[in-house]
Amino acid sequence: MSDALMVSTRKGLFTVSRKAGQWAITGVDFLGDNVTLALSDRRDGRRYAALDHGHFGVKLHRSTANGWEEIAAPAYPPKPEGYEENDMWGRPLNWSTARIWALVAGGRDEPGVIWCGTLPGGLFRSGDHGQSWEMMRTLWDHPKRKQWMGGGADLPGLHSICVDPSNSRRVWVAVSTGGIWFTENAGASWTQRGEGMRAEYVPPELTHDPVAQDVHCLVQCPAAPDRMWVQHHNGIFVSSDEGRTFSEITGVEPSTFGFAVAVHPREPDTAWFVPEIKDEKRIPREGRLVVTRTRDGGKSFDVLTKGLPQSHAYDVVYRHALALDDAGERLAFGSTTGGLWVSEDQGDSWACVTHTLPPVYAVRFA
Amino acid sequence: METYGSTRRESATMAKVVFTANVQRHVACPEAEAPGQTVRDVLETVFAGNPQARSYLLDDQSALRKHVTIFVDGRVIRDRARLSDAVGNASTIYVFQALSGG
Repeated sequence: MSDALMVSTRKGLFTVSRKAGQWAITGVDFLGDNVTLALSDRRDGRRYAALDHGHFGVKLHRSTANGWEEIAAPAYPPKPEGYEENDMWGRPLNWSTARIWALVAGGRDEPGVIWCGTLPGGLFRSGDHGQSWEMMRTLWDHPKRKQWMGGGADLPGLHSICVDPSNSRRVWVAVSTGGIWFTENAGASWTQRGEGMRAEYVPPELTHDPVAQDVHCLVQCPAAPDRMWVQHHNGIFVSSDEGRTFSEITGVEPSTFGFAVAVHPREPDTAWFVPEIKDEKRIPREGRLVVTRTRDGGKSFDVLTKGLPQSHAYDVVYRHALALDDAGERLAFGSTTGGLWVSEDQGDSWACVTHTLPPVYAVRFA
Repeated sequence: METYGSTRRESATMAKVVFTANVQRHVACPEAEAPGQTVRDVLETVFAGNPQARSYLLDDQSALRKHVTIFVDGRVIRDRARLSDAVGNASTIYVFQALSGG
Protein backbone atom coordinates (compact mmCIF):
# COMPACT_ATOMS: atom_id res chain seq x y z
CA MET A 1 0.00 0.00 0.00
CA SER A 2 1.18 3.48 -0.74
CA ASP A 3 2.13 5.82 2.08
CA ALA A 4 2.45 9.03 0.07
CA LEU A 5 0.33 11.27 -2.12
CA MET A 6 1.18 13.89 -4.73
CA VAL A 7 -1.43 16.64 -4.60
CA SER A 8 -1.39 19.08 -7.51
CA THR A 9 -2.95 22.42 -6.70
CA ARG A 10 -3.40 25.94 -8.01
CA LYS A 11 -0.51 27.04 -5.80
CA GLY A 12 1.94 24.19 -5.70
CA LEU A 13 2.61 20.46 -5.55
CA PHE A 14 2.08 19.10 -2.04
CA THR A 15 3.45 15.84 -0.70
CA VAL A 16 1.21 14.18 1.85
CA SER A 17 2.64 11.25 3.80
CA ARG A 18 1.44 8.65 6.28
CA LYS A 19 3.37 8.55 9.53
CA ALA A 20 2.28 6.68 12.65
CA GLY A 21 -1.10 6.08 11.11
CA GLN A 22 -1.75 9.77 10.37
CA TRP A 23 -1.65 11.57 7.04
CA ALA A 24 -0.08 15.03 6.94
CA ILE A 25 1.49 17.48 4.53
CA THR A 26 5.22 16.78 4.56
CA GLY A 27 6.49 18.87 1.67
CA VAL A 28 5.69 21.31 -1.07
CA ASP A 29 7.35 21.99 -4.41
CA PHE A 30 6.68 24.80 -6.87
CA LEU A 31 4.98 26.81 -4.13
CA GLY A 32 2.93 29.60 -5.65
CA ASP A 33 2.82 28.04 -9.11
CA ASN A 34 -0.12 26.40 -10.83
CA VAL A 35 0.53 22.64 -10.89
CA THR A 36 -2.12 21.03 -13.05
CA LEU A 37 -1.04 17.39 -12.88
CA ALA A 38 1.67 15.07 -11.58
CA LEU A 39 2.79 11.53 -12.28
CA SER A 40 4.77 9.07 -10.18
CA ASP A 41 6.23 6.44 -12.52
CA ARG A 42 6.15 3.12 -10.65
CA ARG A 43 8.69 1.60 -13.06
CA ASP A 44 11.63 3.80 -12.12
CA GLY A 45 10.54 6.12 -9.32
CA ARG A 46 10.72 9.26 -11.44
CA ARG A 47 8.14 11.95 -10.81
CA TYR A 48 6.77 14.43 -13.28
CA ALA A 49 4.95 17.71 -12.63
CA ALA A 50 3.05 19.77 -15.18
CA LEU A 51 2.94 23.50 -14.53
CA ASP A 52 0.89 26.20 -16.18
CA HIS A 53 2.55 29.57 -15.74
CA GLY A 54 -0.27 31.44 -17.45
CA HIS A 55 1.70 34.26 -19.02
CA PHE A 56 4.68 32.06 -19.76
CA GLY A 57 3.01 28.85 -20.84
CA VAL A 58 2.90 25.18 -19.91
CA LYS A 59 6.07 23.55 -18.58
CA LEU A 60 7.06 20.07 -17.52
CA HIS A 61 9.45 19.18 -14.71
CA ARG A 62 11.01 15.83 -13.78
CA SER A 63 12.42 14.77 -10.44
CA THR A 64 16.16 14.34 -9.95
CA ALA A 65 18.19 13.00 -7.06
CA ASN A 66 18.28 16.49 -5.58
CA GLY A 67 15.06 18.12 -6.69
CA TRP A 68 13.52 18.91 -10.05
CA GLU A 69 14.69 19.79 -13.54
CA GLU A 70 12.71 21.36 -16.34
CA ILE A 71 12.37 19.11 -19.37
CA ALA A 72 10.71 19.60 -22.72
CA ALA A 73 7.00 20.20 -22.67
CA PRO A 74 5.04 18.62 -25.49
CA ALA A 75 4.91 21.09 -28.38
CA TYR A 76 2.60 21.10 -31.38
CA PRO A 77 4.15 20.97 -34.86
CA PRO A 78 4.19 24.09 -37.01
CA LYS A 79 0.85 24.70 -38.65
CA PRO A 80 1.28 24.25 -42.41
CA GLU A 81 1.69 27.51 -44.32
CA GLY A 82 -1.71 28.80 -45.38
CA TYR A 83 -3.61 26.17 -43.39
CA GLU A 84 -6.58 27.57 -41.53
CA GLU A 85 -8.56 25.86 -38.83
CA ASN A 86 -11.09 27.44 -36.51
CA ASP A 87 -12.34 26.29 -33.15
CA MET A 88 -16.01 25.84 -32.29
CA TRP A 89 -16.26 29.60 -31.75
CA GLY A 90 -14.99 30.40 -35.21
CA ARG A 91 -11.70 31.66 -33.91
CA PRO A 92 -8.38 30.42 -35.28
CA LEU A 93 -7.35 27.27 -33.41
CA ASN A 94 -3.87 27.75 -32.06
CA TRP A 95 -1.76 24.61 -32.41
CA SER A 96 -0.05 25.15 -29.09
CA THR A 97 -0.12 23.30 -25.78
CA ALA A 98 -2.66 25.10 -23.62
CA ARG A 99 -2.64 22.56 -20.77
CA ILE A 100 -1.19 19.17 -19.93
CA TRP A 101 -4.27 17.16 -18.97
CA ALA A 102 -3.05 13.56 -18.93
CA LEU A 103 0.27 12.04 -17.87
CA VAL A 104 0.47 8.26 -17.89
CA ALA A 105 3.35 5.80 -17.77
CA GLY A 106 3.66 3.35 -20.64
CA GLY A 107 3.69 -0.43 -20.19
CA ARG A 108 6.11 -2.31 -18.02
CA ASP A 109 7.85 -3.64 -21.12
CA GLU A 110 8.64 -0.14 -22.44
CA PRO A 111 10.67 1.74 -19.80
CA GLY A 112 10.85 5.44 -20.39
CA VAL A 113 7.63 5.63 -22.39
CA ILE A 114 5.30 8.35 -21.13
CA TRP A 115 1.98 9.34 -22.70
CA CYS A 116 0.72 12.91 -22.44
CA GLY A 117 -2.66 14.36 -23.31
CA THR A 118 -3.20 18.07 -23.79
CA LEU A 119 -5.57 20.87 -24.60
CA PRO A 120 -6.44 21.51 -27.46
CA GLY A 121 -6.53 17.73 -27.97
CA GLY A 122 -3.03 16.66 -28.98
CA LEU A 123 -1.70 13.30 -27.77
CA PHE A 124 2.06 12.96 -27.29
CA ARG A 125 4.41 10.05 -26.61
CA SER A 126 7.89 10.18 -25.16
CA GLY A 127 10.31 7.28 -25.37
CA ASP A 128 12.99 8.87 -23.21
CA HIS A 129 11.39 9.76 -19.86
CA GLY A 130 9.97 13.02 -21.19
CA GLN A 131 13.22 14.35 -22.60
CA SER A 132 11.56 14.67 -26.01
CA TRP A 133 8.03 14.24 -27.31
CA GLU A 134 6.42 13.04 -30.50
CA MET A 135 2.92 14.10 -31.39
CA MET A 136 0.53 11.37 -32.49
CA ARG A 137 -0.21 12.87 -35.88
CA THR A 138 -2.32 9.85 -36.75
CA LEU A 139 -4.88 11.00 -34.18
CA TRP A 140 -4.43 14.74 -34.64
CA ASP A 141 -4.84 14.39 -38.41
CA HIS A 142 -7.87 12.11 -38.15
CA PRO A 143 -10.73 13.89 -39.97
CA LYS A 144 -13.05 13.46 -37.00
CA ARG A 145 -10.65 15.27 -34.69
CA LYS A 146 -12.04 18.50 -36.05
CA GLN A 147 -15.40 17.56 -34.55
CA TRP A 148 -13.94 17.62 -31.06
CA MET A 149 -15.19 20.52 -28.97
CA GLY A 150 -14.51 22.21 -25.68
CA GLY A 151 -16.10 20.67 -22.61
CA GLY A 152 -15.78 22.87 -19.58
CA ALA A 153 -12.74 24.52 -21.12
CA ASP A 154 -12.99 26.40 -24.41
CA LEU A 155 -10.75 23.85 -26.10
CA PRO A 156 -11.03 20.07 -26.40
CA GLY A 157 -9.00 18.25 -23.77
CA LEU A 158 -7.47 14.77 -23.95
CA HIS A 159 -7.63 13.77 -20.30
CA SER A 160 -7.66 9.98 -19.97
CA ILE A 161 -5.13 7.45 -21.26
CA CYS A 162 -5.37 3.70 -20.59
CA VAL A 163 -2.50 1.41 -21.62
CA ASP A 164 -3.47 -2.27 -21.86
CA PRO A 165 -1.46 -4.02 -19.10
CA SER A 166 -1.15 -7.12 -21.28
CA ASN A 167 -0.16 -5.36 -24.50
CA SER A 168 1.41 -1.91 -24.40
CA ARG A 169 0.64 -1.28 -28.06
CA ARG A 170 -3.05 -1.12 -27.24
CA VAL A 171 -4.06 2.28 -25.87
CA TRP A 172 -7.40 3.98 -25.22
CA VAL A 173 -7.77 7.73 -24.80
CA ALA A 174 -10.76 9.90 -23.99
CA VAL A 175 -11.53 13.47 -24.94
CA SER A 176 -13.84 16.11 -23.53
CA THR A 177 -15.56 16.37 -25.92
CA GLY A 178 -14.64 13.83 -28.58
CA GLY A 179 -15.44 10.46 -27.04
CA ILE A 180 -13.11 7.47 -26.78
CA TRP A 181 -10.37 6.54 -29.25
CA PHE A 182 -8.42 3.29 -29.50
CA THR A 183 -5.21 2.12 -31.13
CA GLU A 184 -4.02 -1.48 -31.27
CA ASN A 185 -0.73 -0.64 -32.97
CA ALA A 186 0.96 1.92 -30.70
CA GLY A 187 -0.70 4.79 -32.49
CA ALA A 188 -0.20 3.85 -36.13
CA SER A 189 -3.98 4.13 -36.54
CA TRP A 190 -6.94 5.03 -34.37
CA THR A 191 -10.59 4.05 -34.29
CA GLN A 192 -13.48 5.54 -32.41
CA ARG A 193 -14.96 3.52 -29.57
CA GLY A 194 -17.85 4.14 -27.21
CA GLU A 195 -21.16 3.07 -28.69
CA GLY A 196 -23.99 3.34 -26.21
CA MET A 197 -23.04 6.53 -24.45
CA ARG A 198 -25.62 9.29 -24.50
CA ALA A 199 -25.31 13.06 -24.76
CA GLU A 200 -28.14 15.43 -23.77
CA TYR A 201 -26.42 18.60 -25.01
CA VAL A 202 -26.72 17.88 -28.75
CA PRO A 203 -29.73 17.46 -31.06
CA PRO A 204 -31.49 14.07 -30.98
CA GLU A 205 -29.83 12.82 -34.15
CA LEU A 206 -26.42 13.23 -32.49
CA THR A 207 -27.33 11.93 -29.03
CA HIS A 208 -25.55 8.61 -29.51
CA ASP A 209 -22.81 9.79 -31.87
CA PRO A 210 -19.58 8.50 -30.25
CA VAL A 211 -17.64 11.63 -31.21
CA ALA A 212 -20.15 13.89 -29.46
CA GLN A 213 -19.65 12.24 -26.08
CA ASP A 214 -18.30 14.28 -23.19
CA VAL A 215 -16.36 11.65 -21.30
CA HIS A 216 -15.21 13.24 -18.05
CA CYS A 217 -13.00 10.33 -17.06
CA LEU A 218 -12.22 6.86 -18.43
CA VAL A 219 -10.61 4.11 -16.35
CA GLN A 220 -9.77 0.48 -17.05
CA CYS A 221 -9.47 -2.41 -14.61
CA PRO A 222 -5.83 -3.55 -14.80
CA ALA A 223 -6.67 -7.20 -14.02
CA ALA A 224 -9.62 -7.27 -16.42
CA PRO A 225 -8.90 -4.80 -19.23
CA ASP A 226 -12.17 -5.54 -20.98
CA ARG A 227 -13.91 -3.69 -18.15
CA MET A 228 -13.95 0.10 -18.48
CA TRP A 229 -15.84 2.68 -16.47
CA VAL A 230 -16.80 6.16 -17.63
CA GLN A 231 -17.93 9.15 -15.66
CA HIS A 232 -19.69 11.09 -18.40
CA HIS A 233 -21.26 14.52 -18.48
CA ASN A 234 -24.63 12.80 -18.59
CA GLY A 235 -24.11 9.88 -16.28
CA ILE A 236 -22.17 6.74 -15.47
CA PHE A 237 -21.43 4.16 -18.18
CA VAL A 238 -19.76 0.74 -18.01
CA SER A 239 -18.26 -1.45 -20.73
CA SER A 240 -17.39 -5.14 -20.69
CA ASP A 241 -15.90 -5.29 -24.18
CA GLU A 242 -12.93 -2.92 -24.07
CA GLY A 243 -15.01 0.15 -24.65
CA ARG A 244 -16.72 -0.96 -27.84
CA THR A 245 -20.14 -0.67 -26.21
CA PHE A 246 -21.31 0.89 -22.99
CA SER A 247 -24.36 0.48 -20.79
CA GLU A 248 -25.74 3.33 -18.74
CA ILE A 249 -26.03 2.99 -14.98
CA THR A 250 -29.11 4.82 -13.74
CA GLY A 251 -30.98 5.31 -10.51
CA VAL A 252 -27.88 6.07 -8.45
CA GLU A 253 -28.39 8.31 -5.41
CA PRO A 254 -27.62 11.12 -4.89
CA SER A 255 -26.71 11.58 -8.56
CA THR A 256 -24.73 10.24 -11.50
CA PHE A 257 -23.09 13.57 -12.36
CA GLY A 258 -19.46 14.10 -11.50
CA PHE A 259 -15.98 14.15 -12.94
CA ALA A 260 -13.92 11.39 -11.32
CA VAL A 261 -14.07 7.61 -11.31
CA ALA A 262 -11.70 4.98 -9.91
CA VAL A 263 -11.82 1.24 -10.52
CA HIS A 264 -10.36 -1.45 -8.30
CA PRO A 265 -7.14 -2.95 -9.76
CA ARG A 266 -8.37 -6.57 -9.46
CA GLU A 267 -12.14 -6.34 -9.02
CA PRO A 268 -13.69 -4.97 -12.21
CA ASP A 269 -17.13 -4.63 -10.63
CA THR A 270 -15.86 -2.28 -7.92
CA ALA A 271 -15.70 1.43 -8.72
CA TRP A 272 -15.95 4.76 -6.90
CA PHE A 273 -17.45 8.12 -7.87
CA VAL A 274 -17.85 11.56 -6.24
CA PRO A 275 -21.28 12.88 -7.25
CA GLU A 276 -22.56 16.40 -7.61
CA ILE A 277 -26.11 17.54 -8.22
CA LYS A 278 -26.03 18.03 -11.97
CA ASP A 279 -24.13 19.80 -14.71
CA GLU A 280 -25.82 23.12 -14.06
CA LYS A 281 -25.40 22.76 -10.28
CA ARG A 282 -21.92 21.49 -9.63
CA ILE A 283 -22.05 21.14 -5.88
CA PRO A 284 -22.81 18.19 -3.59
CA ARG A 285 -26.52 17.62 -3.05
CA GLU A 286 -27.83 19.30 0.11
CA GLY A 287 -24.27 20.33 0.97
CA ARG A 288 -23.40 16.72 1.85
CA LEU A 289 -20.10 15.49 0.45
CA VAL A 290 -20.35 11.78 -0.37
CA VAL A 291 -18.54 9.09 -2.32
CA THR A 292 -20.53 6.40 -4.09
CA ARG A 293 -19.21 2.87 -4.51
CA THR A 294 -20.46 -0.11 -6.40
CA ARG A 295 -19.20 -3.64 -5.82
CA ASP A 296 -21.48 -5.37 -8.29
CA GLY A 297 -20.81 -3.68 -11.60
CA GLY A 298 -23.32 -0.89 -11.02
CA LYS A 299 -26.37 -2.85 -9.90
CA SER A 300 -26.22 -1.22 -6.48
CA PHE A 301 -24.25 1.55 -4.80
CA ASP A 302 -23.13 2.38 -1.29
CA VAL A 303 -23.27 6.04 -0.31
CA LEU A 304 -20.17 6.60 1.79
CA THR A 305 -20.29 9.49 4.26
CA LYS A 306 -18.32 8.54 7.37
CA GLY A 307 -15.74 11.25 8.01
CA LEU A 308 -16.96 13.50 5.19
CA PRO A 309 -18.67 16.86 5.86
CA GLN A 310 -22.43 16.51 5.80
CA SER A 311 -23.54 20.11 5.91
CA HIS A 312 -22.59 23.18 3.88
CA ALA A 313 -19.95 21.35 1.89
CA TYR A 314 -19.48 22.79 -1.59
CA ASP A 315 -16.49 20.75 -2.66
CA VAL A 316 -16.10 19.83 -6.32
CA VAL A 317 -13.75 16.96 -7.12
CA TYR A 318 -12.13 17.19 -10.52
CA ARG A 319 -11.48 14.23 -12.80
CA HIS A 320 -7.89 13.65 -11.72
CA ALA A 321 -8.51 14.42 -8.06
CA LEU A 322 -9.72 10.97 -6.94
CA ALA A 323 -6.98 8.37 -6.47
CA LEU A 324 -6.83 4.70 -5.55
CA ASP A 325 -3.60 2.96 -4.56
CA ASP A 326 -2.24 -0.08 -6.37
CA ALA A 327 -3.44 -2.39 -3.61
CA GLY A 328 -7.01 -1.21 -4.06
CA GLU A 329 -7.38 -0.38 -0.37
CA ARG A 330 -6.55 3.30 0.04
CA LEU A 331 -8.37 6.15 -1.61
CA ALA A 332 -7.80 9.88 -1.53
CA PHE A 333 -9.50 12.87 -3.06
CA GLY A 334 -9.04 16.62 -3.08
CA SER A 335 -11.51 19.38 -3.82
CA THR A 336 -11.79 22.78 -5.42
CA THR A 337 -12.25 24.30 -1.98
CA GLY A 338 -9.00 22.89 -0.66
CA GLY A 339 -10.17 19.80 1.16
CA LEU A 340 -8.21 16.56 1.15
CA TRP A 341 -9.53 13.26 2.49
CA VAL A 342 -7.96 9.80 2.76
CA SER A 343 -9.60 6.42 3.32
CA GLU A 344 -7.75 3.25 4.31
CA ASP A 345 -10.75 0.96 4.03
CA GLN A 346 -11.96 1.34 0.45
CA GLY A 347 -14.06 4.35 1.33
CA ASP A 348 -15.97 3.02 4.31
CA SER A 349 -14.47 5.82 6.41
CA TRP A 350 -12.51 8.95 5.64
CA ALA A 351 -10.05 11.20 7.48
CA CYS A 352 -9.69 14.85 6.60
CA VAL A 353 -6.03 15.70 6.08
CA THR A 354 -6.69 19.42 5.62
CA HIS A 355 -9.33 21.76 4.31
CA THR A 356 -7.06 24.71 3.65
CA LEU A 357 -5.17 23.68 0.52
CA PRO A 358 -5.35 25.76 -2.63
CA PRO A 359 -7.87 24.42 -5.19
CA VAL A 360 -6.91 20.80 -5.88
CA TYR A 361 -6.54 19.68 -9.49
CA ALA A 362 -5.09 16.21 -9.13
CA VAL A 363 -4.31 13.59 -6.50
CA ARG A 364 -2.08 10.60 -7.14
CA PHE A 365 -0.53 7.99 -4.86
CA ALA A 366 3.24 8.18 -5.17
CA MET B 1 24.32 42.82 -20.53
CA GLU B 2 24.55 39.96 -23.00
CA THR B 3 25.56 40.78 -26.55
CA TYR B 4 24.51 38.46 -29.35
CA GLY B 5 25.17 38.24 -33.06
CA SER B 6 27.79 40.93 -33.36
CA THR B 7 30.18 42.72 -31.10
CA ARG B 8 30.55 45.67 -33.45
CA ARG B 9 27.58 47.88 -32.74
CA GLU B 10 28.33 50.20 -35.64
CA SER B 11 28.09 47.41 -38.19
CA ALA B 12 24.36 46.81 -37.89
CA THR B 13 21.23 47.89 -36.10
CA MET B 14 21.77 46.83 -32.52
CA ALA B 15 18.71 46.77 -30.32
CA LYS B 16 18.61 46.51 -26.57
CA VAL B 17 16.19 43.95 -25.12
CA VAL B 18 14.89 44.18 -21.58
CA PHE B 19 12.88 41.30 -20.14
CA THR B 20 10.27 41.57 -17.40
CA ALA B 21 11.45 40.77 -13.91
CA ASN B 22 8.51 38.35 -13.60
CA VAL B 23 10.08 35.83 -15.94
CA GLN B 24 13.44 35.83 -14.22
CA ARG B 25 12.44 33.39 -11.47
CA HIS B 26 11.61 30.81 -14.14
CA VAL B 27 14.48 31.37 -16.53
CA ALA B 28 17.30 33.90 -16.44
CA CYS B 29 16.78 36.52 -19.13
CA PRO B 30 19.44 39.18 -18.70
CA GLU B 31 19.32 42.41 -20.63
CA ALA B 32 20.68 41.77 -24.08
CA GLU B 33 21.84 43.48 -27.25
CA ALA B 34 21.34 41.92 -30.64
CA PRO B 35 21.21 43.01 -34.27
CA GLY B 36 18.12 42.87 -36.44
CA GLN B 37 15.67 44.77 -38.62
CA THR B 38 12.57 43.40 -36.91
CA VAL B 39 11.51 42.24 -33.46
CA ARG B 40 11.69 38.67 -34.79
CA ASP B 41 15.28 39.12 -35.95
CA VAL B 42 16.40 40.49 -32.62
CA LEU B 43 14.56 38.02 -30.42
CA GLU B 44 15.57 34.94 -32.41
CA THR B 45 19.18 35.99 -32.08
CA VAL B 46 18.76 36.36 -28.33
CA PHE B 47 16.94 33.02 -28.08
CA ALA B 48 19.68 31.29 -30.04
CA GLY B 49 21.92 32.09 -27.10
CA ASN B 50 19.22 31.41 -24.49
CA PRO B 51 16.97 28.68 -25.93
CA GLN B 52 15.08 27.95 -22.72
CA ALA B 53 13.73 31.50 -22.69
CA ARG B 54 12.08 31.01 -26.07
CA SER B 55 9.25 28.77 -24.88
CA TYR B 56 8.47 31.14 -22.01
CA LEU B 57 7.76 34.00 -24.37
CA LEU B 58 6.70 32.38 -27.67
CA ASP B 59 4.09 29.66 -28.16
CA ASP B 60 4.42 26.44 -30.19
CA GLN B 61 3.81 28.37 -33.44
CA SER B 62 6.50 30.93 -32.56
CA ALA B 63 3.90 33.63 -31.97
CA LEU B 64 4.06 35.86 -28.93
CA ARG B 65 2.30 34.17 -26.01
CA LYS B 66 -1.19 35.47 -25.42
CA HIS B 67 -0.37 37.24 -22.18
CA VAL B 68 3.04 38.57 -23.10
CA THR B 69 3.40 42.00 -24.64
CA ILE B 70 6.30 43.78 -26.33
CA PHE B 71 7.04 47.48 -26.60
CA VAL B 72 9.49 48.92 -29.11
CA ASP B 73 10.56 52.41 -28.16
CA GLY B 74 7.41 52.82 -26.13
CA ARG B 75 4.93 51.44 -28.70
CA VAL B 76 3.13 48.13 -28.40
CA ILE B 77 3.94 45.90 -31.34
CA ARG B 78 1.11 45.04 -33.75
CA ASP B 79 2.25 41.82 -35.36
CA ARG B 80 2.13 39.31 -32.54
CA ALA B 81 2.26 36.32 -34.91
CA ARG B 82 5.25 37.13 -37.11
CA LEU B 83 6.86 39.84 -34.94
CA SER B 84 7.56 41.84 -38.07
CA ASP B 85 7.44 45.23 -36.38
CA ALA B 86 10.47 47.24 -37.37
CA VAL B 87 13.33 47.88 -35.02
CA GLY B 88 15.25 51.11 -35.44
CA ASN B 89 18.85 51.81 -34.86
CA ALA B 90 19.47 51.70 -31.12
CA SER B 91 15.88 50.76 -30.33
CA THR B 92 14.92 49.43 -26.95
CA ILE B 93 12.61 46.42 -26.80
CA TYR B 94 10.75 45.77 -23.56
CA VAL B 95 9.22 42.32 -23.04
CA PHE B 96 6.51 42.41 -20.36
CA GLN B 97 3.82 40.17 -19.03
CA ALA B 98 0.47 41.64 -20.00
CA LEU B 99 -1.96 42.48 -17.23
CA SER B 100 -4.61 40.62 -19.22
CA GLY B 101 -3.15 37.41 -17.88
CA GLY B 102 -4.03 38.28 -14.30
